[in-house]
Amino acid sequence: MQFLISLHINPAVLDALTDEEKAAIGEGHGRFIQALKQSGELITTQALVDPSQAAVVTVRNGQPVVTDGPFLEAKEYLGGFYLIDCEDKDRAIELAAQIPDAAIEGLGVEVRQVMFADGQLEA
Amino acid sequence: MTVPALEDLLRELTPQVLGTLVRRHGQFEGCEDAVQEAVLAATVQWPAEGVPGNPRGWLATVASRRLIDQMRSDHARRERESAAATAEVVPEDVPDTDDTLVLLFLCCHPTLTAASQTALTLRAAGGLTTAEIARAFLVPEATMAARISRAKQCIKAAGSSFSLPDSAERAERLRVVLHVLYLIFNEGYTASSGSELHRTGLAHEAIRLTRMVHAQLPEDGEVTGLLALMLLTHARHKARTTAAGDLVPLAEQDRTKWDRALIDEGMELVKASLAGPALGPYQLQAAIAATHADAATAEETNWPQVHALYLILERIAPNPMVTLNRAIALAETEGPLAGLTLLSTLDSDQRMAGHHRLLSVRAHLLEKAGDTAGAHDHYRRAAKATASIAEQRYLESRASRVRSQMRVTHALVLRPTRR
Repeated sequence: MQFLISLHINPAVLDALTDEEKAAIGEGHGRFIQALKQSGELITTQALVDPSQAAVVTVRNGQPVVTDGPFLEAKEYLGGFYLIDCEDKDRAIELAAQIPDAAIEGLGVEVRQVMFADGQLEA
Repeated sequence: MTVPALEDLLRELTPQVLGTLVRRHGQFEGCEDAVQEAVLAATVQWPAEGVPGNPRGWLATVASRRLIDQMRSDHARRERESAAATAEVVPEDVPDTDDTLVLLFLCCHPTLTAASQTALTLRAAGGLTTAEIARAFLVPEATMAARISRAKQCIKAAGSSFSLPDSAERAERLRVVLHVLYLIFNEGYTASSGSELHRTGLAHEAIRLTRMVHAQLPEDGEVTGLLALMLLTHARHKARTTAAGDLVPLAEQDRTKWDRALIDEGMELVKASLAGPALGPYQLQAAIAATHADAATAEETNWPQVHALYLILERIAPNPMVTLNRAIALAETEGPLAGLTLLSTLDSDQRMAGHHRLLSVRAHLLEKAGDTAGAHDHYRRAAKATASIAEQRYLESRASRVRSQMRVTHALVLRPTRR
């Protein structure tokens, strides 16, 4: 079963962390990625640029209109994700709990099953 | 020899050669790599030079040499080299006994996760390449390669020997093997996610492997039952979807599209297995599938028999999914309200709460009972809960259908007030 574990980041929460705490998060993700690769459960993981760099695209009367993002006015935004293939939803939740963000108040870790996939997985 | 015929031959020989090597040298991991390399060499050489007189011996010799080469290049293992060199397999030395069963016991080692068991079984016993397995499960090859590699390390760490488990452990281990084969079949039959409903390659592979087990254990009722269940289920696969890929439920399938040859074979196996001393879950599920296969039309289905079989299945292997299926049979024999009453016993089951199957069966029975509003609501909720696109499309179409019935009913109710 494939799951997307999305990481919802709050810049204010991240800014309030000490350098040591930030470094610990980075190391935690590094260990997590390594373990997922070894177990054969990682498909891919990606982190996204700051939402201030986002462009929101709409088409009105056939004309594209581009405005500055982010689309959602929220404290949290999508910071990145893990796409995994594992035994079942329980395992996906067990893995999500190993992500350092899950232990930090104000950061969100969300698990959702994949319903459709296409394209090159070897990118 | 044609390419498919060559592939079939290699797939059949792979587990036998691997079995021979592991029996001889131990170290499953190294043997597995060596056999894969030998198979690769055969796919290149045999079409050009012809299939050797003793293809199994050829593969065993080449794989054995590869294994020894590997060991020679590995300085840490230098000491084992001499022992292995003297044990080199020569073609006429390959025993004729089929080690496939032992190999399956190893691949389905209880310390492995089900995902690893299926991957390793397809590779080591099924002779599929890592890339093929990765494609079948829609994951990158690197992910599947890591999973297989981890599985082999686990087997090594567990210190398993290449021999049949003793009789006390054997029944339990065989149960795991059958479950893995069942999972492979199911993955092929109904993809747990994704738009492709039939990954028939996996279904065929599961049937082929189960046939091999059946050939080894023809007296085992559950092995026979599982093979029959697969054949009877697979016989329906052409009728199960429309040309556009939409799901067709059993009651609405064009039964002339069912594969008669598979049904006949499955029916014979069911008869043979039911004659045995004890009944197991696969035999009962096969008997249920056989009852459906026996009906020329959905209306002619022997529902009392289906219900009786589910009742026995529920007794020997209690499981909410069995109860769910029994509710469908009960609704057919005693009416939708009886089915709904049985379904309500599942509401408190943690495993079933919000499960799309419970929602969709309840929707179906509510529709039969004439509660179109309730049916509509449950079809919609079931559509949201499933991870299969084909199933979602089907459930949404049912929801639309009952909604149009609701409008008709509504109009009929309103008409008198307009007068």
